[in-house]
Amino acid sequence: MSDELAVECDVLVVGGGGAGMFAAVAAARNGAQVLLLDKNVVGRGGATIMAQMTCASALGESEPDNPQLHLEDTLSAGRGLCNENLAAILCEGSPERIRELAGWNVNWARSEDGKINQVKAPGHSRKRCVYVDFLSTGAAICAALRNKTSRDGKIRRLSNVTVTDLVLRDGEIAGAVGIDVPTSAPVKIKCPAVILCTGGMTKMFQRTTASNNLCGEGIGLALRAGARIIDIEFLQFYPNGHLAPRMVGLDPTTWEPTRVKLGGRLLNGKGEEFLHRYGEAEGGSYDTARDILTTAIYKEVEAGRGSPHGGVFLSFQHIDEQKLKDALGPVIEIFERNNINLTRQAVEIFPIAHYQMGGVEVDSDLCSTVPGLYAAGEIAGGANGANRLSGNALPEAMVFGERAGAKAAQYSARNTTSRWDDKLAQPHVDLIRQTAERNSGDGPSPGRLMAEVKALMWGKVGAFRNGADLETARTRLRTMRQGDLDALTIAPEPGFNTSLVEWFELRNGLLAAEALASAALTREESRGAHQRDDFPAADDRFLANQRMQLEGNDLVSEFRKVRA
Amino acid sequence: MTIAGQEHTAAVKTARLRIWRGTSRDNGRYQEYDVKFEDGDSVLDGLVRLRVDCDPSLAVRFSCFNANVCKECTMLIDGTVEYACIAKLQPRLMQLDPLPNLPIVRDLVTDTLSRKERF
Ligand SMILES: Cc1cc2nc3c(=O)[nH]c(=O)nc-3n(C[C@H](O)[C@H](O)[C@H](O)COP(=O)(O)OP(=O)(O)OC[C@H]3O[C@@H](n4cnc5c(N)ncnc54)[C@H](O)[C@@H]3O)c2cc1C
Ligand code: FES
Repeated sequence: MSDELAVECDVLVVGGGGAGMFAAVAAARNGAQVLLLDKNVVGRGGATIMAQMTCASALGESEPDNPQLHLEDTLSAGRGLCNENLAAILCEGSPERIRELAGWNVNWARSEDGKINQVKAPGHSRKRCVYVDFLSTGAAICAALRNKTSRDGKIRRLSNVTVTDLVLRDGEIAGAVGIDVPTSAPVKIKCPAVILCTGGMTKMFQRTTASNNLCGEGIGLALRAGARIIDIEFLQFYPNGHLAPRMVGLDPTTWEPTRVKLGGRLLNGKGEEFLHRYGEAEGGSYDTARDILTTAIYKEVEAGRGSPHGGVFLSFQHIDEQKLKDALGPVIEIFERNNINLTRQAVEIFPIAHYQMGGVEVDSDLCSTVPGLYAAGEIAGGANGANRLSGNALPEAMVFGERAGAKAAQYSARNTTSRWDDKLAQPHVDLIRQTAERNSGDGPSPGRLMAEVKALMWGKVGAFRNGADLETARTRLRTMRQGDLDALTIAPEPGFNTSLVEWFELRNGLLAAEALASAALTREESRGAHQRDDFPAADDRFLANQRMQLEGNDLVSEFRKVRA
Repeated sequence: MTIAGQEHTAAVKTARLRIWRGTSRDNGRYQEYDVKFEDGDSVLDGLVRLRVDCDPSLAVRFSCFNANVCKECTMLIDGTVEYACIAKLQPRLMQLDPLPNLPIVRDLVTDTLSRKERF
């Protein structure tokens, strides 16, 4: 293993998605020297580059709109649990970020009069959602931000560096420790402020829309640093997740934009429409909020009316071939390559783990309960409450990222005396070295344990939950965290040792997964994305945020009535 | 809650993957693995399964996993530059090499990053 590496900065940004890149830009323009790290490749490793569809922003270009209306829709989707301040910051801040990106060459789709096109996505009361054709919204945002961050002399970008621990002194941030993946060298980073932008934890589920890097490590890092997390039980299942036939070259969220744009019909295994049985209008509404759609599909399958692979059908067969071609553009070729002909066949869909509403508890500066520790993007909890509106995650990443960057830069300017102490970092460095040397045992690989976690989360902590399953999951996750993890064998490779990276994914990700299972068990009601078969109704006693912390080795939570 | 779908059965086939293992073009060898698959599965599906079921030491770079947006999974498949996440597994011998003209980090991972983005 290589020698230790050491770096210093004013603001460390962990994770280079939309939130992280915006945070880096904003911290730099507020005077900070910034280090932007990604365990994968900056701008490529997360969900942002995968976001195909839309970004909600009350620009009022397609019809009159304003941030207040956007806020009302966001709060109503959040089923009573949103942090209203954070939601307001998101809605008010979105237009400025969209226009800023336009200035950085993001080609928002426009109508002939030059106005930005806005569409009405499910749950929104106005035509509010902007996009880049065809299905390349996130890719265009990432390209612009990669460009922007590479040209800024105050930003140093490092890809393939994964952060494994935060270093604290007297409960405040002193820096971080990580691994340089190509060489496996431990990395020490001295800095007064850290912004966690590590995205969500949906990779911990068997069926997921996530990239390979999104396993809740930021939640584990924050908890172990003493920070509080909030409403982590709320995880959004994307209703129209692709199920069958096998399709590669497009992510499984593909069908929602297509369905909304063209009016695809959802049919059960018998070919009947079914949404009306769950309170929606006949003929297939495209307005149905995600949590309701997910419920309808699950219940239909549970009633024995599923499609062959255990989902429901989505059909475009009633739509004229030319209209399909026009609407889908180059994407239709990808369907063809996968032998999918939409004029002749329906595809099968089923809800799939997609987005984490809960996360690190932050104040309106995006600062956590630990001084110097900020969180932005999907990892920040609160703005979306119990259910997120379609199109609200990208503005959340950009608006919160930008704000966290500015606030963290100001914080670091006020805290110039270094709290770093090599002795405090040493145990974290030692752990990396010791773990890399666990090559001789006959225990399973981290990849194996990860596969078990994914199956467990999918089977027992999915969109519909019950006390017995959650208890089983929580107990098993806890044993994994406290026992199995130490029995794993790491591949004896000097560089690009994925199994070493995976061990640390599990160390932090298992804590995140256990937090989710545990919080889901304590919330004995159904609300938004958290549905309990044993407590099928919303209960006013739980019109409260669940806040959780690590005390010793235990996750401890309490409910607190929602406050603005 | 259990999901009761009707049973679905698809034929399981086998691909033989001949994979470059090593830390440079001079220091390495080919290793062969049999990978089971169903029609439609990608080469990346096979590599990911192989890492879990049989050889966790194999190095392969990818992120978006079959969505084909991150563009990180490029490699030589039977001598042609392709994305492993969209190239389909075939029931025959398939040879996988790291990209040409780039330094090899290990196995199928090449150094695609700009110098200033690395330590
Ligand atoms: C397929 C898909 C489609 C979507 N479509 C839409 C849409 O149309 N509209 C919308 O509003 N939202 C959409 N979303 C949600 C939205 O994309 C995300 O919520 C948002 O992009 C999150 O941004 P982020 O910057 O917080 O995290 P991400 O973009 O996920 O970035 C997190 C980064 O952190 C890195 N990282 C993780 N752990 C570590 C560590 N320990 N050390 C270093 N780096 C680390 C990862 O490699 C990754 O690059 C979609 C999500 C998916 C998966
Ligand atoms: S894995 Fe992302 S393009 Fe292939």
